[in-house]
Amino acid sequence: MEAQAIFDTLKGKFGDAVVELQGEGFSPAFVVVAPAAVKEVSRFLKEDPGLSFDVLMCLSGVDYKEKFAVAYHLHSLKRRHAIGMKAFLPRETPSLPTVDDVWPGANFHEREAFDLFGIVFEGSKDLRRILLPEDWEGHPLRKDYKYPDFYHGIKV
Amino acid sequence: MTVRTDALPTQEMTINMGPQHPSTHGVLRVILTTDGEVVTRAVPDVGYLHRGLEKIGERVTYAQFMPFTDRLDYLAAMNCNCAWAWAVEKLAKIEVPERAEYLRVIVCELNRISSHLIAFGSYTADMGAFTPFLYAIRERERVNDLFEMLCGNRLTYNYARVGGVSGDAPPGFLEKTKEFLDYFEPKLDEYNNLISYNKIFVHRLANVAVIPAEEAVAYGLTGPNLRGSGVPFDLRKDEPYSVYPKFDFKVCVGTGERGTPGDCFDRYMVRINEMRESVRIVRQAVARIPDGPVMAKVPRLFKPPAGEAYFRSECPRGETGIYLISDGSVNPFRLKIRTGSFVAMNIFEKVTRGLMIADIVAVIGSLDIILPEIDR
Repeated sequence: MEAQAIFDTLKGKFGDAVVELQGEGFSPAFVVVAPAAVKEVSRFLKEDPGLSFDVLMCLSGVDYKEKFAVAYHLHSLKRRHAIGMKAFLPRETPSLPTVDDVWPGANFHEREAFDLFGIVFEGSKDLRRILLPEDWEGHPLRKDYKYPDFYHGIKV
Repeated sequence: MTVRTDALPTQEMTINMGPQHPSTHGVLRVILTTDGEVVTRAVPDVGYLHRGLEKIGERVTYAQFMPFTDRLDYLAAMNCNCAWAWAVEKLAKIEVPERAEYLRVIVCELNRISSHLIAFGSYTADMGAFTPFLYAIRERERVNDLFEMLCGNRLTYNYARVGGVSGDAPPGFLEKTKEFLDYFEPKLDEYNNLISYNKIFVHRLANVAVIPAEEAVAYGLTGPNLRGSGVPFDLRKDEPYSVYPKFDFKVCVGTGERGTPGDCFDRYMVRINEMRESVRIVRQAVARIPDGPVMAKVPRLFKPPAGEAYFRSECPRGETGIYLISDGSVNPFRLKIRTGSFVAMNIFEKVTRGLMIADIVAVIGSLDIILPEIDR
């Protein structure tokens, strides 16, 4: 299915929770959804027989400076099509529902986004730092991250 | 005689496996909760090799990031090099000369062979058979010699460039490659005779850590780990990139040859069979490589148009997906690298539940993870 058709299907089903389609310059195109609706939209994307996005290829946090985003790259082995889904989050309270019960493979990706961006995935079964030590301060992939001088007395 | 139960404690025990452990293929730490010899829970703890490659990527130009991709999966650096080049070319819409694409396919498939050789060799060593490892290293050495001839390096090649490759094949390279293929192809039968169908080896692998097809898909496994579960999905075939559509090869899948589809043996066998297919691809590429330039005209400091692209390529350890965001400047605004090993590590806790401690080693080897790719 083409990106526009997928967007229209989602728009018809979820109305205002589906905000826009980022098509020009984006490969694959992104359907922008409201953060609160991420779980419902994900479940629909996976379970609707016409869409059946059964694989979450990648989940990335992004810092667009004025706001954060979580980008989901989805692929369907059954239908052989791909789409992106994106949710923009305010910088102050970056949180949205987890999708690890829709795609169990999401857990590690969400932990990474939590670790490096401080994005909170509500309802996650296991949300801990994954790449950095547990007592690390700050989230390095944020654009305003300040590099620490010392870690446990060791010069960084 | 009365049995003193207080002297035989039966509570669960927590054991630390790694980060320095020969069978974890790098610095992987697994926290095992065991009930006697049975593992009730195995939680992987990754991140010991985190170097912040994604953050570094935001501070260097697209071309400057190429050497860092060597350090993603050092056993398949060519594949990572090319994946980065293809991703940037997709973002910046750069056309690559056909000869360069052929050279990339040749080096990627040679590197797939050498990477699968290490997977095969170290796996057998983990299972207690050390000799096959030496055989694998012997063959891998010849691939390294070929790469040294091509680009001067034996491990971190830095061979691909955005827009082509760093240099044309030197005289004699293609002939030497053909010689290697003729030498190597019969060796695969030798490996099968030597170890693959060895009764002890099969018993260690068959029916261990079975990953059913639906589960493999749900967890997003890719590459040999997905195909080992019987799902015939290969990006070279299903989402073809570069010049892969011009070659004839088959997608190897696990069939439950010695046990259940999706067990450790299937994942092992997929890699052995894939080496044969890689030989076929290289043979065709060497025979048909066209003449011409190997580098497109790309300015050293180029600015891709603002936009976002996600490129998937089939690396030996599964899909390496590169998500690139450009704001129109010379540096990537954000880059994210999704690797096959990272995703494979996510299913680890699930598939190891209830196994013996020795089987944990079999699972790590069968998933063929590599740590720098997980930790980035």
